[in-house]
Amino acid sequence: MFRYYLRLALLSYKRNPILSSLMVLAIAMGIGACMTTITVNYIMSSDPIPQKSEQLFYVQLDSWDPNSPAREPNDPPDQVTWTDATNLMKAKQAFRQSAMARSGGVVEPENGDSKPFMTDIRLAYSDFFAMFNVPFQYGSGWDSQSDDNRDMVVVISRAMNDQLFGGENSVGKTVRLAGHNFRVVGVLKEWRLVPRFYDVTTGAFDNTEDFYMPMPLKESLELTSNGNVNCWKRPAEDGFLGFLYSECVNFQMWVELRDDAEKQAYMAFLNSYADEQRALGRFERPNNNRLSNVMEWMAYNNVVADDAEIMLWLSLMFLLVCLLNTIGLLLAKFSGKAGEISLRRAVGASRRDVFMQHLVETGLIGVIGGIAGLGLAMLGLSGIGVLYGDLANDLTSMDPKLVAIALGLALVSSILAGLYPTWRSTRVAPASQLKSQ
Amino acid sequence: MLTMTNVKKIFRTDLVETHALKDFSLQVNEGEFVAVTGPSGSGKTTFLNIAGLLETFESGQYMLDGNDVSQLSDNARSKIRNQKIGFIFQGFNLLPDLNLFDNVDVPLRYRGWSASERKQRIEHALETVGLASRQKHLPSQLSGGQQQRVAIARALAGEPRFLLADEPTGNLDSKMAHSVMELLQDINQRGTTIVMVTHDPSLAAEAGRNIFVRDGQVSELHEVNTFADVVNG
Ligand SMILES: Nc1ncnc2c1ncn2[C@@H]1O[C@H](COP(=O)(O)OP(=O)(O)OP(=O)(O)O)[C@@H](O)[C@H]1O
Ligand SMILES: [Mg+2]
Repeated sequence: MFRYYLRLALLSYKRNPILSSLMVLAIAMGIGACMTTITVNYIMSSDPIPQKSEQLFYVQLDSWDPNSPAREPNDPPDQVTWTDATNLMKAKQAFRQSAMARSGGVVEPENGDSKPFMTDIRLAYSDFFAMFNVPFQYGSGWDSQSDDNRDMVVVISRAMNDQLFGGENSVGKTVRLAGHNFRVVGVLKEWRLVPRFYDVTTGAFDNTEDFYMPMPLKESLELTSNGNVNCWKRPAEDGFLGFLYSECVNFQMWVELRDDAEKQAYMAFLNSYADEQRALGRFERPNNNRLSNVMEWMAYNNVVADDAEIMLWLSLMFLLVCLLNTIGLLLAKFSGKAGEISLRRAVGASRRDVFMQHLVETGLIGVIGGIAGLGLAMLGLSGIGVLYGDLANDLTSMDPKLVAIALGLALVSSILAGLYPTWRSTRVAPASQLKSQ
Repeated sequence: MLTMTNVKKIFRTDLVETHALKDFSLQVNEGEFVAVTGPSGSGKTTFLNIAGLLETFESGQYMLDGNDVSQLSDNARSKIRNQKIGFIFQGFNLLPDLNLFDNVDVPLRYRGWSASERKQRIEHALETVGLASRQKHLPSQLSGGQQQRVAIARALAGEPRFLLADEPTGNLDSKMAHSVMELLQDINQRGTTIVMVTHDPSLAAEAGRNIFVRDGQVSELHEVNTFADVVNG
């Protein structure tokens, strides 16, 4: 019977192509808008590194102003100072650890045709690559020796390798960056990280950087700060080093702790470190140090932007309006079918038969609308890409789960919209329309 | 087969009440061919619709096959319409998007028969009305008389025991009308009980029994043989 109803539904669609297409369009627009915002929210709140998100912890130390917290009501600052970053790195109390910061500089390509250009640089420690499962095409990251020796080495992204070296294995070659020559030790594979959780202060939906180099080089090469800097007191001395060793926070500190015992041990270490620093005249606030795993850290930072949530609600309301519209169109369509319904009832169709027939008819419109809505969602997402940067690329290869959600939503909402018109169609009296034709 | 006793049917609109049937009583026996005549608006279609369980009525009693059908659920009524009764409506009421085969298929679809059984019955029914070669045509591609014959095929395909025909020849010329009449007589001969409404006394004369309806009542139950009798009641 289902196939019969499906055939009748197709015939009915063809009979009123304009009316039917209007319904499909209404559903498609509602679904398209919803899927766009659902996808944005879904990706924003998805776990960027599911294998390890429970083992990677962001470190917060309360080194802030004794008279007021870094963030109300009593939260520590969301970055650490150079002093603390380097001290924690030296202590090596975690299984893996990397302090990091964003810097930048001018790249001067070897081949004469290309113009110099500005780039971001991620300053990090050697553990960075292993901690964040960074994939390599050629070579590898540097080792901890290179951190200590402040070796002039660099890891570059795949895109940068394509741009500078035409995609060849460039390990051992030289890049001129920020006025210095660096030796390439590794080239990454395509590396997408959404959200790019390791540094939310510079935008959780920014791209991963094109250049990575040992963080200690910041001091010797006087590399700039391209991230957020927050200070609660004036640097004691002028100049680059005066600022670097000030109480200003500008560095992210990540540690990898494999289990709860390691986490507790590290927390104890952080507290004793703070006590130590207090004895030296810093950390004037009571101990308020924190370890947040990846999802906790993203939640703390409201990585799912409020406007994305508002857009989600708006789009759901828009879907509702589209559905109300669809209800009106369905009523019009089904009232045009009163003659057919009346005849079918007269020759023996039960109310249930009529109900099922029209349920399939609305379901068909829902599915077509859903598919068209997916197309619109793709368009919408590439438009949203302007707002949230790289996000859009991820979305063109939409998750099968999301496709299923879209079609399910379309089916359910069209059937909901069809419920009243369908019920009404079963109320057509068997004989009422048969007198004359 | 059919026994109506004092059936009353009132159509209510905001302004008027129409007493379409008043104390309508009639008995039709198994195997009969009854022709119903009467002036326009006298209640013939109303009677036929009630007989076919398409409409309910205010009071009185209607026994079909010995069962009181006035208390049946909508579902049960649908089932009886589907299995026992064949309809030929005053309009053809063919579905314009379906070809002849699918139009005849409509009642059979609700019967739970297999595809092959339906196909065999549809082809047989279309053959009976002489339209076997037109299965794939749409109703709009047929003449009025041919459409009427499709409507007859649709009513016959399920082999109902009870055939209700509301002016089955109303749209046909007299030659076609008589051939449809022959067809109905044929079916009647094979055991189907038929009640047919017609305006044409010469057709009515070919039926086994005539009844005359006036003002919502059966005014005459004897055989009517002449045109004058019909008109004068
Ligand atoms: N649905 C309805 N609503 C209101 N009045 C109705 C309805 N159907 C029929 N009537 C009225 O009931 C009366 C009987 O109508 P019916 O259709 O039974 O007449 P008929 O004998 O079949 O006439 P005709 O020969 O013209 O087909 C008429 O007065 C008609 O106006
Ligand atoms: Mg009539």
